[in-house]
Amino acid sequence: MFRPLVATLCTLLLLLPTAQAEEVNLYSARKEALIKPLLDRFTAETGIRVNLVTGKADALLQRLQSEGRNSPADLLLTTDAGRLYRAKQAGVLQSLHAPELTALVPARYRDQDGYWFGLSLRARPIFYVPGRIDPAHIDSYEALADPKLKGRICIRSSNNIYNQSLVASMIAAHGERETGAWAEGLVANLARRPTGGDRDQIKAAAAGLCDIAVANSYYYGAMLASDDAAERGAAEKVALHWPNQQGRGAHVNISGIGVTAAAKHPQAAQQLIAYLLSDAAQQWYAEVNQEYPLRDDLPLSSELQRWGAFKADSVAMDQLGEHNSAALRLMDRAGWR
Amino acid sequence: MRTDLWRSSVVVIALLLALPVVTVLSFLLQPSGEVWRHLVATVLADYITNSLLLMIGVGCGTLLLGVTTAWLTSRYRFPGARLFSWALLLPLAMPAYIIAYTYTGMLDFSGPLQSALRDQFGWSYGDYWFPEIRSIGGAVTMLSLVLYPYVYLLVRAAFLEQSLGAIEVSRSLGAGPWRTFLQVALPLARPAVITGLSLALMETLADFGTVQYFGVDTFTTGIFRTWFGLGDSAAAAQLSALLLLFLFSLILLERWSRRQARYHQSGQRWRTPPRQPLSRGRGIVALILCLLPLLFGFLLPAGQLLIWAWRSASHSVDLQFVTLTLNSLALAAAAALLTLLLALLLAYGRRLRGGWAVHSSLQIAGLGYAVPGTVIAVGVMLPFAWIDNTLDGWLRSQFGISSGLLLSGTLVALLFAYAVRFLAVSLNAVEGGLGRIRPTMDDAARSLGLRPLQVLRQIHFPLLRGTALTALLLVFVDVLKELPATLILRPFNFNTLAVRAYELAADERLADAAPAALMIVVAGIGPVILLSRAIARERCPESPSLLTNRRSDHAA
Repeated sequence: MFRPLVATLCTLLLLLPTAQAEEVNLYSARKEALIKPLLDRFTAETGIRVNLVTGKADALLQRLQSEGRNSPADLLLTTDAGRLYRAKQAGVLQSLHAPELTALVPARYRDQDGYWFGLSLRARPIFYVPGRIDPAHIDSYEALADPKLKGRICIRSSNNIYNQSLVASMIAAHGERETGAWAEGLVANLARRPTGGDRDQIKAAAAGLCDIAVANSYYYGAMLASDDAAERGAAEKVALHWPNQQGRGAHVNISGIGVTAAAKHPQAAQQLIAYLLSDAAQQWYAEVNQEYPLRDDLPLSSELQRWGAFKADSVAMDQLGEHNSAALRLMDRAGWR
Repeated sequence: MRTDLWRSSVVVIALLLALPVVTVLSFLLQPSGEVWRHLVATVLADYITNSLLLMIGVGCGTLLLGVTTAWLTSRYRFPGARLFSWALLLPLAMPAYIIAYTYTGMLDFSGPLQSALRDQFGWSYGDYWFPEIRSIGGAVTMLSLVLYPYVYLLVRAAFLEQSLGAIEVSRSLGAGPWRTFLQVALPLARPAVITGLSLALMETLADFGTVQYFGVDTFTTGIFRTWFGLGDSAAAAQLSALLLLFLFSLILLERWSRRQARYHQSGQRWRTPPRQPLSRGRGIVALILCLLPLLFGFLLPAGQLLIWAWRSASHSVDLQFVTLTLNSLALAAAAALLTLLLALLLAYGRRLRGGWAVHSSLQIAGLGYAVPGTVIAVGVMLPFAWIDNTLDGWLRSQFGISSGLLLSGTLVALLFAYAVRFLAVSLNAVEGGLGRIRPTMDDAARSLGLRPLQVLRQIHFPLLRGTALTALLLVFVDVLKELPATLILRPFNFNTLAVRAYELAADERLADAAPAALMIVVAGIGPVILLSRAIARERCPESPSLLTNRRSDHAA
């Protein structure tokens, strides 16, 4: 019994990944379903094989850091700017001098020194139930702290990066003290303890638990396009409202990518970034995941057009990362779990 | 010289397995006063209260479900008793986070049940009371439903092993079935109860998926938030250290139970008590009592998964699905074998050489089961990368060649993490089994000229087959369900069913996640059934002096 045990174990250990000639290695915080199809197309077009590990951004960053200069990863892809900022601070990215990329990406959606580039835009508007809420009352994120809205708002936990970034953008606009007071006001207005994801907030509003939900727009889009009638129905009951249009604009974050400091295939890595910024890839994000293309020279899909044009907050993406930790503590203090 | 070899190899293996936990605790040496003060002032009290409530709740829940069903199926004959004796293990195949998804889908405010109620009665929010599934009570329920099989498994085995004598004496002295259960059978099964309970509670402490999804802030979610959100590894390590303190109290409990166990299994001759038939009414009550955990812990959630999977199968099941399944199975098999080997070596080492060094290093090596997978993963990643990079640096400076990363990002690192995480499960089973083999057997074999490893192979292995199978299958099922360590440590282009299910569910696409989730459950059912059959066979003690007796019993 002993020998077969050992033999089986050794055989299984030999199932290690094998290397290929033309390849590029990607650590991606974007889930496989939302990146693999694009990578496959890239491989079909260029013949460069893309090796993929998906995971949570923080864990991938930790992995990059501990692997150091021997890290096999050529690229780090995250779904928020805060983690790219953190990766740059940690010294695991390298700067890229690629005029063809900088020309494509608007300056505020890329790192000034070329450490990372945005790929798609993720907006966080406010949803409301028409008839129960006058959109004039939710014209800004700031208004969500108004005591008039007591018990009427649904928002997810502060554990989530989308809320952390939103609060970081508020800190950038108003400073910590004022944002702290705002967070307390918001928590006092919540209809329930924050639970669930973004879709759950929209569903709760549609079901009458609250009248206002804060959620990323692509979840709303996915619900509208769902095969599940209940989900579609819930999304159809709410309306999307762009806040802060008179002021700094609605909160947006990016998904973005950077070449690692340890990259062994920098050429191929740059090629992949260029591909992800190409017309086809940019439109793919909009069609498959209802995210806004990052390039402003591309037409929006009809669905995105239906939601109306909006002004996006022009705060530098760096700021979201810089204020992330402060945002978290502030939410801890406000009791925003 | 050989004596030291055994002792030192046990200590070395145990310390290796303790490396991840030690690595994380070493962050305690970094200063973190300010963040720690922030935690104490704001959220720490919540973490402690919630973790405690969760443990108390799951403790009560698993005891209630596990002991009741174990007693009924081991002592009485009622409709379906034979079926229940193995089917009650099925919830073991259901990952806690997946059962949480399914119940939320069904019972949430915006879910089908509450929506139907509102439509039916014209209620709206606030007009009626309905238990909030996403709450600490919900988390306790979910975890109890999938963790009670640990208690059931061990306690049932203990009940079956209890000598008929004690029960008969109790009954003949006029004690009713309740008194016999409470004052004789249950106290006799106490070591098994506590071992099962501590496995369930360790798993509860380490749970991340369920509490995160339900928005219950525990140590696990706190560690994650502090480490990654606040970017403070030292404060996160302090939280982990507090978690380990919780754990040490559990281990003390467990050690105490072991002492009882040794006393209890003093090797008396015994006979399995025959199962008593129950009257029709009582039989139906027993049937319902056994059906409830099975229904809520397995049938309902599996049914919901099936409905979802049916709906999404056309676009979410592809060829890759086969690869995912094979990956999951291969990983689980390899990890189960590795863990069993380590547990055998460690447990046998302890049998050969006692002493505090061996004892305490085994205790430390078993810690991993209560530590969240994420923490273990980081604890594996750091030392492995350090070893790789140091070797690479040395080769570069000495010979100008680079070895790159040899261990990091390979399945070796992942398997090591599994071994660290699940050793306690294997070790528990193997130690229990070895404890039942009398030391006189070893002495006899040694005096006949066998060396220690030969004793292990030729005497213990055959006797331990049932126990070894239990250890293998429990770890197998655990690895199938494991997520956080797999997610962080896996190599390029390597996904498992758990990863697939998580990614889609985390994207709030529950229906699309269902086929992978269902596949985890299906892959786990086979082992669970094997497990129950192994236990049925193992009912008899494994001391060979009794083996012949038992055979003649059966023949008679």
